[in-house]
Amino acid sequence: MFNNDLFTFLKPKNELEQTSEGIDVEYTPEVPEAMWVKCPKCKALLLTADLEANHKVCGKCGYYLRLSARERISMLIDDHCFEELDSDLTSENLLAFPDYDAKLNGAKHKSGENESVVTGVAEIGGCKTVLGAMDSGFMMGSMGTVTGEKITRAFEYATEHRLPVVMCTVSGGARMQEGILSLMQMAKTSGAVKRHSDAGLLYITVLTDPTTGGVTASFAMEGDIILSEPNALVAFAGPRVIEQTIRQKLPKDFQTAEFVEEKGFIDAVVPRKDLKATIAKLLKMHE
Amino acid sequence: MSAFDKVTIARSNNRLTSVDYINSLFGDTFFELHGDRRFADDKAVIGGIGMLRDDMPVTVIGLEKGRGTKERMERNFGMAHPEGYRKALRLMKQAEKFHRPVLCLVDTSGAFCGIGAEERGQGQAIAENLMEMMTLKTPILSILIGEGGSGGALGLAVANEVWMLENAVYSVISPEGCASILWKDPEKTAYAAECMRMTAQDLFKLKVIERVIREPKTVESKMFDSLRGIIAATFDRYNEMSTQELLDSRYNRFRVLGNNVTPLEPVLEEKPQPEL
Repeated sequence: MFNNDLFTFLKPKNELEQTSEGIDVEYTPEVPEAMWVKCPKCKALLLTADLEANHKVCGKCGYYLRLSARERISMLIDDHCFEELDSDLTSENLLAFPDYDAKLNGAKHKSGENESVVTGVAEIGGCKTVLGAMDSGFMMGSMGTVTGEKITRAFEYATEHRLPVVMCTVSGGARMQEGILSLMQMAKTSGAVKRHSDAGLLYITVLTDPTTGGVTASFAMEGDIILSEPNALVAFAGPRVIEQTIRQKLPKDFQTAEFVEEKGFIDAVVPRKDLKATIAKLLKMHE
Repeated sequence: MSAFDKVTIARSNNRLTSVDYINSLFGDTFFELHGDRRFADDKAVIGGIGMLRDDMPVTVIGLEKGRGTKERMERNFGMAHPEGYRKALRLMKQAEKFHRPVLCLVDTSGAFCGIGAEERGQGQAIAENLMEMMTLKTPILSILIGEGGSGGALGLAVANEVWMLENAVYSVISPEGCASILWKDPEKTAYAAECMRMTAQDLFKLKVIERVIREPKTVESKMFDSLRGIIAATFDRYNEMSTQELLDSRYNRFRVLGNNVTPLEPVLEEKPQPEL
């Protein structure tokens, strides 16, 4: 998939500078292509190793590449301190919805996960916590029955063991193929969050790009402390839906994390490199 | 009757709206309460107190589409803004304080999608209702009387029991939205309506609702008398529970949804068009 991009190095230098500014042309052709990743935003070619070291933030334009649930978890936890919960739960096509079985299989294959969320017990900065991370590679992090079940169980586990919860969200919203049962997960998870809250326990949400729809209108917005990554889309209705409804262009930066923070719905926008230390600090203050 | 026929009936302009139910169930005892005490009064949500029975004051909150073009525009066609959900929550908290049961009437194509709604936290407003309704220490009954559009409907439907009129619909997305997103084909709207299982009959099978209310061919006051009777009897039953039992029953009702379902049979795409 990177073949086309490699050909850019064969182009005249002035054109190259326009497309991928600042790349060292001298060394690039000798590097195997698997070691390169193209930034989805500025299209610059980035060395995989550099990108990893920079927490998957583009060194050229500052774009935040999406993390898988596993990458997110390993970025946040202390070394190897993660014990997964309910990893074997998987969705069924309860409504016999057309093509859903094939989609589920495709999503499992693509993401390597059984569902759109991974949950477990972790240590962050020495503090024990329940940790969940959604995976955009699994049907765009949509909320199926099993997603809701895993999140609910994670909160119930945390309530029972008197632990805080850190939940990293990324989601296109509800999962149409599960119809009303998907919608019901919003109520189910919210109930579990409330019981956890009423037990006097801390819940931190980390909103990442994009967090929308039924996830925004349930557990994503129910944290005691709501953090977000910079520039993440945080919305109830997505920008395209709104534009179609009101038939006008939306202002620039509308529904970015910074915009939502300014409107009073996010506590802090935290750069990815500072996320672990920030969460650790907040957990410490609530121990 | 196909699922999409029901969608058409549920959306029909001359279908009874929340105001009709409130007038018929509560008569002139209904007293409307306005505003969310934060930002504004959202006319897509109508709320207040009324006497369901001589000895039973009830807080009633309805999503109201309005009648006639002018009123429908004033009420934003029943699509609430965040302040509408916050007004509803304020009235529910008041009901809890005075130990009044809460009756919610749901009829909306969805929560409003617009700039102001996003700026004022549509997602947060609905999320807060879901959380708070789950532990409201007074019985809640929600009745879907027309359209139940996604999170905008659920924001008034976290209840001890959820009922539906026999021609009401309840779904996670409109059948048009589903057909256009999944298949990029508006022709498949009716098929999407079948596949999503959005009719009262399907939702009863899925255990998402407790009761389907039969609709008489013509509106009769008898229907409201019997409806008033079963609503009051339901509140009586929940009023007898301890607070813990009441909250556990609501939590467990939602806790098992999706886990207690026998997988359904597929819908055949080539369905003969039933006659209306």
